Amino acid sequence: MSGVVAATVAAPSALSGGANVIAVGVLLAEFGMFRQALLRDQVRLYAAQSALISVLAVVVAATRHLPDLYALAALSFALKTVIVPVVLRRMLRGIGAIGGDPRWNDIAGSTALSVASAVLIAIAVAAFGFFTVAALGLTSPVLPATALSISVAVVLVSFVLMIVRRDVISQAIGFLSLENGVSLTALVVAAGLPLILEIAFLFDLLVAVVVFGLLIRVHHGRAESMSTAELTSLRG
Amino acid sequence: MLVVLALPLAAALICLRAPLAVARAVTACSGAASFALVLVLIPAAAQRDIDYLRVLRVDALSAVFMLATGFLYAAVAVYSIGYLSGDQGGHVPSRRTRRLWAGLNLFAWAMLAAPMTSNLALLWVAIEVTTVISALLVAVEDTDGAAEAAWKYVLLASAGLGLALLATIFAYYAGAHVLGQSYDLGFTQLLAVASRLPHAAVQLTFVLAVLGFGTKMGLVPVHTWLPDAHSEAPTPVSALLSGSLLAISFYAILRFYQVAEAALGPTFPRNVLLVFGVASLLLSMLYLFGQRDVKRLLAYSSVEHMGILAIGVSFGAPAALAGVLLHVLAHAAAKGNAFMGAGVLVRKLGTKQISAIRGGLDLLPWSGPLFLLAVFALGAMPPFGLFRSEFEIVAGGLGSGSYAAAAILIIAVTTAFFGLAGSVTRMLMLPLPRPAAPAADRIPVAAGAGADSSIAAQPDAASGTTTSAPVPARGEPSAWMVVPVVAGALALLWLGVHPPAALDELFARAVTLLGGGAS
Repeated sequence: MSGVVAATVAAPSALSGGANVIAVGVLLAEFGMFRQALLRDQVRLYAAQSALISVLAVVVAATRHLPDLYALAALSFALKTVIVPVVLRRMLRGIGAIGGDPRWNDIAGSTALSVASAVLIAIAVAAFGFFTVAALGLTSPVLPATALSISVAVVLVSFVLMIVRRDVISQAIGFLSLENGVSLTALVVAAGLPLILEIAFLFDLLVAVVVFGLLIRVHHGRAESMSTAELTSLRG
Repeated sequence: MLVVLALPLAAALICLRAPLAVARAVTACSGAASFALVLVLIPAAAQRDIDYLRVLRVDALSAVFMLATGFLYAAVAVYSIGYLSGDQGGHVPSRRTRRLWAGLNLFAWAMLAAPMTSNLALLWVAIEVTTVISALLVAVEDTDGAAEAAWKYVLLASAGLGLALLATIFAYYAGAHVLGQSYDLGFTQLLAVASRLPHAAVQLTFVLAVLGFGTKMGLVPVHTWLPDAHSEAPTPVSALLSGSLLAISFYAILRFYQVAEAALGPTFPRNVLLVFGVASLLLSMLYLFGQRDVKRLLAYSSVEHMGILAIGVSFGAPAALAGVLLHVLAHAAAKGNAFMGAGVLVRKLGTKQISAIRGGLDLLPWSGPLFLLAVFALGAMPPFGLFRSEFEIVAGGLGSGSYAAAAILIIAVTTAFFGLAGSVTRMLMLPLPRPAAPAADRIPVAAGAGADSSIAAQPDAASGTTTSAPVPARGEPSAWMVVPVVAGALALLWLGVHPPAALDELFARAVTLLGGGAS
């Protein structure tokens, strides 16, 4: 690994260290989602993860003199740390999943595996992603390549989250944090991506959240639960 | 070009507010007009690439996919008039019907917009928009099955598109090495510098793109949402999903393929597509046997045809590529027809179970035979368009030395045909298990055309009563549900017997874009 880091454009070590710490924080937040038992905390964790990414965007903007990124950071903070969690929480409260019936509040039992084995699998997958991407030797002029490997690990772990959790909220959060992982990747390798495209991506995310929300409502209205365990009638 | 974009959007807005009768007329007009506009674009696109406002761009390749979408949009818009006002007339709340109309227009808009974008990022955005709209359309029926299918669809497709976004970002990364940090991912820019792009990044990009967009296209092993969504969606939506949405996702893969081929040489991208294509073909072939739900049957047939497309591209010979493009058009027409025909059967008999659907040919003087024709067309029987396209693909494959893949293709397509045709002929040919309808109800066969036009004249309420009766009377639920199918059958025949010269030109140009000449 150190060889890959050294091969990047000589970055100030404080920056690369800081960036890596933030990236690791994002990954840890992702792992945190595995053991979260309450819907509300799950949403909070997502908000915190998004906030970390916005911070990283500001750091990159300041050190690399990319003024576009300030706007992006502000926008993504507003959207992913404030609006999306608020929308999710309001919706959950609307159907009584927060503060209402504890049956719908608690999603600890929705993990198909025990938390420990889920985390073990996630660690294995994350390590796989981390070392595979490092082996590709992709380097970035903006941030250390370690951050790239970590971002790919985040994406893979979010897949594991979507797979092992059997409730609609965790699956939706899994998708949203997958998108966070992609944003992190984008910061590392595509910091110069034109702002208008980034805005298009974010807008798209908002639409997706609304649709997820509508479908969660539909699901809750029909199944009277947040669980996807009964979604087995269509097969073959 | 701008009109093509503006029209369905305006139609969608009108449908949200206007009374249902207006929504109906507006959608049908917008569908027909969009198709006409795309037709006008064809000769122009065959000559040169049309750039507009830097973000819009139509070349021969995108014109092919716009043609498929435009045709299906028009057909489905007309079909929906019959479908939505038909039997369920009073039962369906008008709010839901209105939403379906607006959704259809929006969906078509997004699918027409996707091939018109000029860069990979906007292409991704347009395809994500198609996902969210179509997920809502799948859920519109408000049954347990629809809710389940919509959830699976939106989750899987969004996760797949997450990977596709990753692919887009790595494509940007690859391009940034040559083009500098600020460029907007235009196809032409990337292609112009393709030979200098870093290899590892492009390989990663292409694999992620195939996996990501392949999820939406229905390539095995990431196809699992497809049969659910197709079977639970309302029929017009199923037709659009299958005929055009899958094709649009394939278009996105082709764009990445263009870049990958130019950067890496043909071997790597073709092998990736070959693996996915063969897997799709073989698995869907097996699933075609023993399906119990008629719409799932057709959905697996879509997976099969997407596999054929992927294999066709992997052959890389110019003939095979032209075949692939023809296949896109013919598949849109044939699968649209099949779904619309199946929709009439389902409407008539009130069930999707293959074992419960019997006597289709007796009951439906027009839709029955047309459905049979559509299925034969799907099975690549001559003289339909799919026969010509699959013939070209196989010929191209043999010509380029891919004997094993061509052999697999022929065997699998033939087997799949038996699976499909077996179920369908049982549905259509076997008599109804119950005693036949009283003689008074039976209209002589010769009066088929007369029955059709008389139903067109009378209001839809009349057919509402027939379905609830234990033995449905002979006759079509609605003439609106027959006309587009006839048009589709004619188009298939035309494509198969003698494709117009303008199309040949278009294909020839698109094939050179795909690097068919280079191999």
